Amino acid sequence: MLNLIQDTIVHTQPESLGAAVEKAGHAHGQTDWSVAAIVALPLLACVLTGLCAALRVKSKLPAWITVASLAGAFALTLKTFAAHFMGAESHPFVVHVFDWVTFSWAADAHAQGPQTNELAANFAFYLDSLSALWMLFVTGLATLIALYASEYMSHDQGAGYCRFFAAFSLFVFSMACLVMADNLLLLYLGWEGVGLCSYLLIGYFYKKPSAVAAAKKAFIINRIGDLFLAMGVMLIFVQFGTVEYSVLFEKARPYIELARAGQFSQIPFLVKLIPCLLMGGAFGKSAQLPLYVWLPDAMEGPTPVSALIHAATMVTAGVFLIARTYPLFLLSEIALPVVAWVGALTALLSATIGMAQFDIKRIMAYSTVSQLGYMFCGLAVLSPSGGVFHVVTHAFFKALLFLCCGAVMHGFAGQLDLRKLSGVMKVPGWRIVGFGMLIGCLNLAGFPLTAGYFSKDMILAEAFVTPGTAVIGWILLITAGLTAYYTFRVFFRVFVGPVAYELGDEHHGADHGHDDGHGHGDAHGHAQAKGHADAHGHGGTHHEPHAPGWAINTVLATLAVLSLAATGLYFVGGDHGAVAGLVDQSSAGFHSPLAHHGAAEGAPAHEAGHAVVSYVPEFVHARAHGGEVHAGTIFGADPHKAMYFISAGVGAVGIFVAFWLHLAGRKSAATSRADALLPALGPIPGWAQGKWYVDEFYDFLVRKPLWVLSHIFYLIDSYLVDGLVDFIGAAPRAAGKVIRPSQSGELHGYALGMAGGLVILIVIVALVAT
Amino acid sequence: MTLAQTGAPAPMAPSTLGHYLLVSALLLVIGLIGFVTRRNLIIMFLCTELMFQAAGLAAVAFGRYHLNLTGQTLVIFILTVAAAEAAMALALVVLLFRRKESLNAEEWQDLKG
Repeated sequence: MLNLIQDTIVHTQPESLGAAVEKAGHAHGQTDWSVAAIVALPLLACVLTGLCAALRVKSKLPAWITVASLAGAFALTLKTFAAHFMGAESHPFVVHVFDWVTFSWAADAHAQGPQTNELAANFAFYLDSLSALWMLFVTGLATLIALYASEYMSHDQGAGYCRFFAAFSLFVFSMACLVMADNLLLLYLGWEGVGLCSYLLIGYFYKKPSAVAAAKKAFIINRIGDLFLAMGVMLIFVQFGTVEYSVLFEKARPYIELARAGQFSQIPFLVKLIPCLLMGGAFGKSAQLPLYVWLPDAMEGPTPVSALIHAATMVTAGVFLIARTYPLFLLSEIALPVVAWVGALTALLSATIGMAQFDIKRIMAYSTVSQLGYMFCGLAVLSPSGGVFHVVTHAFFKALLFLCCGAVMHGFAGQLDLRKLSGVMKVPGWRIVGFGMLIGCLNLAGFPLTAGYFSKDMILAEAFVTPGTAVIGWILLITAGLTAYYTFRVFFRVFVGPVAYELGDEHHGADHGHDDGHGHGDAHGHAQAKGHADAHGHGGTHHEPHAPGWAINTVLATLAVLSLAATGLYFVGGDHGAVAGLVDQSSAGFHSPLAHHGAAEGAPAHEAGHAVVSYVPEFVHARAHGGEVHAGTIFGADPHKAMYFISAGVGAVGIFVAFWLHLAGRKSAATSRADALLPALGPIPGWAQGKWYVDEFYDFLVRKPLWVLSHIFYLIDSYLVDGLVDFIGAAPRAAGKVIRPSQSGELHGYALGMAGGLVILIVIVALVAT
Repeated sequence: MTLAQTGAPAPMAPSTLGHYLLVSALLLVIGLIGFVTRRNLIIMFLCTELMFQAAGLAAVAFGRYHLNLTGQTLVIFILTVAAAEAAMALALVVLLFRRKESLNAEEWQDLKG
């Protein structure tokens, strides 16, 4: 009988890795250039769009270059995927492009730990089902969103347009490096690269102080996480003497054996520290507590950027990192529980904030943070396939939601306040956006039979199955209800109901774009429309919302279809769908206990709350020895079956509450029935709207002390250090001032001085002589 | 080589040396007082020459007293150098006079560093 740790080993170890090494050796002679081209094409696009900027191209050429390159990369990814990972059995393989970092040194005979005297990190790609899956949706979504951006950014044609697409392509390149890297050093390169591109694109409207501040915030907070990742990589090298995945997993095998035997106490502390450090990096990049605060602010960037980088791809890099190094996370009995708690609390906290915001893009941002929390929980409750499946479905529907919000923002001159928008779907030309939004919302709310429903259920059910994580499950279940509420709050307020809207102040005509926005809103006046018919009477065409064009509509329709089609992934290929099958064959291959827990059905519920922090060793140990797992239950039923109904019910309640409070009987855009309810809740909605004052708390905790400290340093610098320097300069000047009068120029004075000196000398000589 | 070895006169009495030295000291003090009190460049120059000769006189006296030729030799050099130096110094004084139409040393106070 297979047990789960063996599964892990089987899927990362003997034959498959042997095959990997063989193929790598083979690849040395004959590199698979189609794989290398997946990475090279976005880089090429980046260079070409940079050239466009240098040549002052004013057309949409940069967009077409980017779209074509990314589509090429997607096609090659699809080809690779079809060739290697479509079957039931897939083997990871390495594509070696060139030697990147290689150096060695004299071995230290007295050194502790593994003997190593070489660091090799090649520019090589490790392709397994996980990285192939990730690259599929990264390149696919990047292509679609680049097409969307070709229209969305059209008001900025010229230098800004080139800059946007250059950074966009560079992002895809970095992401490809991150995902396909064959070693942790290349992953780190990609990791920093995506962080850089994120910074560049958040700060795209660099004349807007808030965008600049948001870009800096994102970059600085990410540095904190990156520091942990860097330390984790270093510790891995110290402990295992390699940064290459295939060798690393091989070297980690003795420890995995120990974990399998339940002897966690024999695993060195430093090895257990590795996952804790890696997790810090993941929390920074994937916006989890306590480092989530940068992501909502990152919405200052153009919406396509929010959709691609800050919803679908970059922020899932943390999930990818954990999935990639999953065997290491099993070595520590506290790593996964910490991830689970952080994920669950982040999910709940950001959902409550999302409920109280009015900026629809911010709501989506908090929803992203919340859903990322779900993904981490999925990984942490021993269901990496659920977590990764949620990454995939979320990538599609969240990109769709963002792009719909972006279309609204684009068409309504930057208006994002849900109190100033209503009935958008009924405005001519907005039907596709409305339906896209509906599909996205249904997915996010976990409406039955949508892709989001299945992926969320996998995580929820697994949280109840895995002993000791029932509390996590309950938190996630509450979050699911809140998610359904805030999602449909947006939909019911903005897209349906009476048609009433107020345009924002970012009118972009041929003469002025976003860059100089915000300054001329009042000059144009606000077009307050109490109904669509009225809107025509209110000023010229400039004040009309302009419906999205073909590029935006095509992308939205495609994404809507893909979001729905993602449901199919659950029903093809294996127990829990194609994604689960792919994940099981990768480094995150950790068979979902459901596949084996038939025997455990009906077993007594594990006491929730019992040693929550230690469920990993217990569970790993149990599964290693005959599958004596006391699978958790919910209301005495198998969680996987019960969850279909429970989560559907919770989602329906959330949607119904949103309907009752925000649509039923609503007469205007600004007010709804919810307003009457607010006083009853006391100060809580205000707190939630103020984001629980986490930013202010960090400000108090970090910025204020630093501010005080910096002023103390300033005083020390200006008085002590500068004082010393000034003193050194002033002392000779003062001394000179004292003795300067003696240099009078009077010859007789000098002569007297000499005579006096002579007399003194004689006196001294006389005294000495006697 | 000393005078004694060549059969030269007998050494000078210590009291005689005292007289020479007294004259030498007087010359030096007169020169010094003159240098300090007078403003005329030529007079001041003459005073320095006086002090010079005071030193020369002392050297000769000591040389004779010790029957050592070194003192005498030194004075010959001093006289030579003094002659050259006197020529240069007087030339300088002439130049200085041409600048200010005056021999007053205080005219040159602004040469202070």
